[in-house]
Order: sequence, then C-alpha cells, then structure tokens
Amino acid sequence: MTDVAIVGASMTQFGRREGEWIRDLLAQAGEQCLEDANVAPHELDHLYVSNMASGELEGQTGVPNMLAHDLAAIPAYTQRIDQTSSSGGAGVYAAWQSIASGASDVTLLVGGEKMTHRSTAEATDVIASLTHPVEYKQGVTLPSFAGLTARLYLDTYDAPRESLAKVAVKNHRNGVDNPHAQFRKEIDVETALDSPVVADPLRLYDFCPITDGSAALLFCSVEDAEARGEPYVRVTGIGGATDTHVVHERADPTTMGAVVESSEQAYAMADCGPEDVDVAELHDMFTILEFLQSEDLGFFEKGEAWKAVEEGVTDRDGDLPINTSGGLKSKGHPLGASGVAQVYELVQQLRGEAGPRQVDCEVGLACNVGGFGNCVTTTILEAER
Amino acid sequence: MSEDDERHGTDTTHDEDGTDDDRTPFEAVRYADGSLGYPGHPVGPDGSEPVGTVDLSEHTARVVTWTTATSPPPGVRSPNHLAIVEFDVDGEPIRALGQLTTGDVAIGDEVRPVYAAELRDPEAGIRDPESQEWDGYRFEPV
Repeated sequence: MTDVAIVGASMTQFGRREGEWIRDLLAQAGEQCLEDANVAPHELDHLYVSNMASGELEGQTGVPNMLAHDLAAIPAYTQRIDQTSSSGGAGVYAAWQSIASGASDVTLLVGGEKMTHRSTAEATDVIASLTHPVEYKQGVTLPSFAGLTARLYLDTYDAPRESLAKVAVKNHRNGVDNPHAQFRKEIDVETALDSPVVADPLRLYDFCPITDGSAALLFCSVEDAEARGEPYVRVTGIGGATDTHVVHERADPTTMGAVVESSEQAYAMADCGPEDVDVAELHDMFTILEFLQSEDLGFFEKGEAWKAVEEGVTDRDGDLPINTSGGLKSKGHPLGASGVAQVYELVQQLRGEAGPRQVDCEVGLACNVGGFGNCVTTTILEAER
Repeated sequence: MSEDDERHGTDTTHDEDGTDDDRTPFEAVRYADGSLGYPGHPVGPDGSEPVGTVDLSEHTARVVTWTTATSPPPGVRSPNHLAIVEFDVDGEPIRALGQLTTGDVAIGDEVRPVYAAELRDPEAGIRDPESQEWDGYRFEPV
C-alpha cells in the first residue's frame, strides 16, 4: 500500500455567504488548495466532492463534474461522496484509498455545502431526512437526539449541566483566533445556560450554526510529496465504520460504536494509541458529542470526559487540545465541508502554521460523525518537517 | 408465530380520543434467536430472519431518556416531547422512540402507548407523503 501525504489544504470563509452558491464555494476552496499545493489542474487524476444535499437544498446536482469543468481539471475522474454530516470524512477516506491503492497519483478532495438560504426549520428537515421512517414520523431531529442523549449522559454519570456549557465556551474561545470561523466571539457559561431551550436539557449555545462553506485537501504519495519539495503531512491511520441506522436500537445511547470501531482501525494502522494524540478535531455538532467522542476515542474513561473539560485538559493550552479551530460549534458546520475542514485545521497545526491557535503537536486526530453516530471516519495525521 | 394474544402491563390499548378503533399495531418483530426488534429489518443483528411479531401497544414501558424539542421541522408539533422507552416483553428488552403526550415525565417513569392517527403533517416536510406511514404511537405516563 502506498504511503499517503496531504500536500495542500484550504478552506473558505465559513458563515453566511450571501449570493454565493455551491458552485462558487467549491471552486473557491478547490482553486486555493491547488495553489497551496502548487499543483496544476491537469495533474489531477481524481477529483472528489463531499456534499450531503446540494440537490435538496439548492436544486443543483452533478456537482463533481461541474467542479471539474470550473477548475479546468477535465478529464479527471470524479465522484460525489455523501455520508450525511460525515461526507467530508468519508471523502478523506476515499481520497486516501485512491492514492494508497495506486488508482490515482494526484487526488483533490473538495467538501462543501450551501445552507443559509434555507430557514432553520427547512435545513433541519433536510438533515433529519436521514432518519428511519419510524423516527421521521415522530418529528425527531438531530438536535432532539442530542437532547435525549445529553439527559441520559448527565443522569448516568452525574455530570453537571455546566460542563456542557464549558465545551461551548472553550470552542467559542478557540474560534476567536480562527479567521475562517463563523463566530469569533467569546461567550460565558451564564450566557450558554440562559440561552433558549432547543432540545431540553440542551440550549441554543449547545448547537452548531447553519453554515455555508467549503474546504479542500490535495492528496498524493509520500514519495511524490518528497519530490515536489512542498510541506506535507502523512496520513498514518484511517478507519471508517457504521452503527445502527435506528438510534434507539443501540444498547448504550451514550456510546458511539462507530467512533470506537473506526478509531480502533485508525490506531492499528498508525501503530499508535489515544495517548499518542497531541491535538484533535472532534465533531461537536452538539456539545454532548465532544464528550461522547473523546471517551469513545479512548482519550478519557467512560463518563469522565466532562471532568477533563472542567479541569481544562482540552483547552488550547491543556494536555490534549480539542477543537483548536473552534470546532463545528464556532467555526460552523457546512455539512459536506466539515470533515475536510477538520483535517485542514490539523494540517495547519502539524505544519506549524496555525498562528495564534498553534499548539505543540506531532500527531493529530480528526473524528467526523454522520447522523447521530450512524457513520464515522477517524483519521490520524503526522507531521513531516 | 404471534404473541398478540398475550397481554402484559396494561389491559387494553387506547386512542388519544379514548376509542378503540382499528389501527396499525405497534409491531415489533421477533427474530429466530429470540431477540426482539423495533422497527423490523429484513434480518436481525445475527443475520436471522424474523419469525413472528409482537404488538407493543399491549405493553407498558419505562422511560430511558426524554427531551422537549422546541425548534421542530415543518409539520411537527411544537414543542415536541420525545422519549426513548424500553419495554420488557417476557424478559426480553426492546426499545422504541416516540412522542410523549406530556413533557411532565422523568427517567424511569412507566408509560403506555396511545394511538395517534397522524404524528406529523405528511405534506409539510421533505419526505414524499406516500413513502411511509404517518400514524403510530405516543407514550403517556401511567
């Protein structure tokens, strides 16, 4: 299997991108990434687009071919990768596969979503359409799964409600220093706890916003990256897995089996463990998810993640910084872009180019979650300086 | 095989209007290994096919967890009280998710299913109205 490198990374401004549509956003990130990697469009063998719902949200399908034309990458092979909220992570997996297998020498992955032209209710419904019919007819949404799980977690592990607010406070604080983030303002625990209820016991500040944005990564072999002389990071481990489609069919709703399974695959491939990870980007679509993932990835014992947050372990200057980018919570969550943007942040960190967000790191981990833990990709990257 | 004639917990099922009309059963499946599943799938977790059904509307359940959602999608009542509940059918646990008739519940409370002819407006959301059923069961504290 060919060793895989990432030699280019980019992301657009996340937020409300008035007048710009999926075509514009994908092209912007794609162009920036090619420039960052110093790769010409005609060098691309494969071009992948991670996107959940451009057809449903915007009425635009066929986006990979559209992007290939706009980037002058024809005749590159294209495919769209939809794995709901983890489309970006699944795209990383597909791009890694393309290089590792030798099917492609140079692969560009662009993830993006245009969402803010839809009302919150409409966007929520598009996302909730991933659910089983017996769930959908009850009006269940991803936020309501989060409320159900948060209540059970707090009750089972005797965790204080404030600990969830502290995740939001931390990630907002990190987002202040991310020029691409949707929100760049600090909040305090009281503001989070006093915000409107969305899915009791969770409130507005426990949830990520609806976002437009795009991010991109350029993959090639480590050998090719060395020859190009550009800064790069290694993809040393990657794993992907699924859990039940119907959320209530899981034995323990506070455990995400696909996080456990995908991370075990990634750790085995990278020949490392959770204790070796220096910095992580987790899928904090809801604050409770940061607890669940950091436990299911093995960073903390089950039921202990809230204590780590209380003690500042996951702060930027803590022992294990989590979501230095601001996470989905403050950076924003353009569905198909998020898993790609997680890796973008790690590339910045591992290249030592994260500016005020920089932490001391050699190994980074990204965990991208689709549905409510329905499908997950975990990726481990290592610095090459 | 059917266990529809076995009654546990409650004596009968109820509509929200108190009548007892024909309705879709709250149908769980029993797989060959004896485990139960709701909803049914073509095969169970161990790959075996369903061998029978159980009507959960004839049983009570315990609240595993619950929430009140205040920003529902189109066609959904607001607020939308939801719970994951666990039935015990002859010692075999089985869970379901459904709306609650009230937000005044706690983890561990006993609830019973009550039939609702339409849980959300089929015409308002993104899903094709013809693609699935829209009636079903809410949970009411006993």
